[in-house]
Amino acid sequence: MGRRTLVAWKKVCNREFVAKVIFIVSASAAVLAVGLICVFLLVQGLPAMWDIGIVSFLTGTDWRPTWTPPLFGILPMILGSLYVTVGAVFFGVPVGIFAAVFMARFCPPYLYKVLKPAVNLLAGIPSVVYGYFGMVVLVPFVRGHIGGNGNSILTASILLGMMILPTIITISESAIRAVPEEIYEGAVALGASHERAVFFTVLPAAKSGVFAAVILGIGRAVGETMAVRMVAGNQAVLRMPHEILSGTRTLTANVVIELGYAADEHRQALIATGVVLFVFIMGINIAFSMLKKKDGL
Amino acid sequence: MNKFILEGVNLWYGDFQALKGIDMEIPANKITAFIGPSGCGKSTLIKSLNRMNDLIEGCKVSGNILLDGESINGDTDVNALRKRVGMVFQKPNPFPMSVFDNIAYGPRTHGVKSKLALGEIVERSLRDAAIWDEVKDRLKKSALGLSGGQQQRLCIARALSVQPDVLLMDEPTSALDPISTAKIEELVITLKKHYTIVIVTHNMQQATRISNRTGFFLLGELVEFGKTNKLFSLPKDKRTEDYITGRFG
Ligand SMILES: Nc1ncnc2c1ncn2[C@@H]1O[C@H](COP(=O)(O)OP(=O)(O)OP(=O)(O)O)[C@@H](O)[C@H]1O
Ligand SMILES: [Mg+2]
Repeated sequence: MGRRTLVAWKKVCNREFVAKVIFIVSASAAVLAVGLICVFLLVQGLPAMWDIGIVSFLTGTDWRPTWTPPLFGILPMILGSLYVTVGAVFFGVPVGIFAAVFMARFCPPYLYKVLKPAVNLLAGIPSVVYGYFGMVVLVPFVRGHIGGNGNSILTASILLGMMILPTIITISESAIRAVPEEIYEGAVALGASHERAVFFTVLPAAKSGVFAAVILGIGRAVGETMAVRMVAGNQAVLRMPHEILSGTRTLTANVVIELGYAADEHRQALIATGVVLFVFIMGINIAFSMLKKKDGL
Repeated sequence: MNKFILEGVNLWYGDFQALKGIDMEIPANKITAFIGPSGCGKSTLIKSLNRMNDLIEGCKVSGNILLDGESINGDTDVNALRKRVGMVFQKPNPFPMSVFDNIAYGPRTHGVKSKLALGEIVERSLRDAAIWDEVKDRLKKSALGLSGGQQQRLCIARALSVQPDVLLMDEPTSALDPISTAKIEELVITLKKHYTIVIVTHNMQQATRISNRTGFFLLGELVEFGKTNKLFSLPKDKRTEDYITGRFG
C-alpha cells in the first residue's frame, strides 16, 4: 500500500468516525434529555415527598404552603387534573372519532380540502390562544347560560376537549384509512349499506388505532397547562365531582402558578408535584406504545 | 332455467371500454367458469353481476343484466341484490372479529337479532362450507388466526350466511395451496345443488374439473361460451383454441 492511499484511508476513517459520533450524539440527545429530566425530578422531588410523607402528600386534601407548619396535600390537584381530563375525553372523543370517520369515509373531496388543513391548523394554535378564546368566549357563555362564575371544571373540559380534537382526529383518521379496502368490500358484498360497513366493520377494525388516539389525547389533556390555567379558576381546594361548575386547579397549573415565588420546602413540594405528573404521563405513554405494538401501526 | 341473462353489456372505466357487447345466459344451479388472459375483463364482468362496480368512480354500464328475469340496472336496491348474489374474493378477507361474528355479520345486517337464530345460522353456514369441524371449538376466537385455506372457506360460509341464490367467486383459490384448493373445489361442486355459481379462474384444469359452462374472454369480448367439455375438446374459435392449448395468454 502506497503512502498516498494510506493517508486517504486515514482521512476516510476519520470522517466516518466523526460522522458516527455526530449520529450517536444526536440520537442520544433525546434519550439524554428524558434521562436528565427524570433524574432532576427524582433528585429534587423525592426527598420532599419523603419529608412530607408520600401518603399525606398524595392523599392530603389541604394545600397550605404558607402556613406554619405548611400543609402539602395535592389530592385536590390530582382530582382537578382527573376531572378536567375526563371532561375533555367526554367532549373531545366522540366528536373527534365522528369527525375522523367522516373525513376518512364520507367527506366529498372538495370538503376534505378544507377540513384537513383546518384540523392541522387547530393542532398548531398555541395553547395561550386557546386560553384566550376560553376566557373571552367560553367563560362568559358558561356563566350566562349554564351557571357559576364561568371559571370552572366544565369550561376547562370543553376547552380541553377542543384542544385534543386534532390529535384524536388525525390519528383515528389514519387508523381508519389503514383498514384494508377488502374489509369494507366484504361487508358491502353481504348487502351492508355504506354506513353499516363503515361503523360496524371498518371502525371496529381500526379500534386499536383509535384507542391509541384517545390515549394520546388524554396525555395532551393531562399535560396542558396554560389554557387550563386561564379558565379553570385555580382554587386549591378539594372539590367533589358533582360540582362541575366550580373551579379547580390542576397539577400543571399548581406548578406554574407557584413556582415563580416558591422557596425551600414549598419549591420542592412543587417539583414533587411534577414527579406525580411525570409518572402519569409516563403511564399514558407506556399504554400508548403497548397499543401501538399490538396494532403494528 | 337461466339465472342471469346478459344483453349487450358494455362497461367503461372512464374512457376505457372494459366490456364490449357481452351477451350471455348463465344457467341456474350450474357452475359457470370465466377464463381468459389477464386484463380481459373477467373480474369486471363478475362484479357487474352484484353491482360491486358501483364502488368504482367513473365506471359506467350500458345494456341489460337480468336476474331471474328482472333487470338489476338503475334504481335496483343494491343491498338486497348483494344479499341475493353473494361474493367470495380472490384474497380471503375475514373481518378482524371472532369466527362467530364474521358469519353472524350478514344475518345481523339483514335484521336477525335472536341469539338462537344466529347460532343456528352460524352452524349451518359453517357446515355448508365444510369448515365446521375445524372451527367449532374456536368460534369466539379471532378469524385472523385461521390458515389461508380456512379463511377462504370461512368467507364462503360468510357469503352463504345470508342465503343467497348466486355465489360469485373471483379466483377463490389463487392464493391457496393445492390441498386447500382441492377442498374448495370439492365444496363448490356440492354447493351447486343449492346455488348458482360463477367462478373466475386462471387455472384451466380447475375449469374443466368443476364447471359445467365456460366462457372465454379476450380484450373485453366474450369470444366463446358453451358447455365446458365441448369448449375444451372442440373449441369453435381459433382464439379459444390458441388460448386453451397454451399458445398465448
Ligand atoms: N378500477 C379500474 N379503473 C380503470 N380501469 C380498470 C379498473 N379495473 C380494471 N380496469 C381495467 O379493465 C380491464 C379489465 O380488468 P379486470 O380486472 O376485469 O381483468 P381480469 O380479466 O379480471 O384480469 P386478471 O385475470 O388479471 O384478474 C383491464 O384492462 C384493467 O386495466
Ligand atoms: Mg381479475
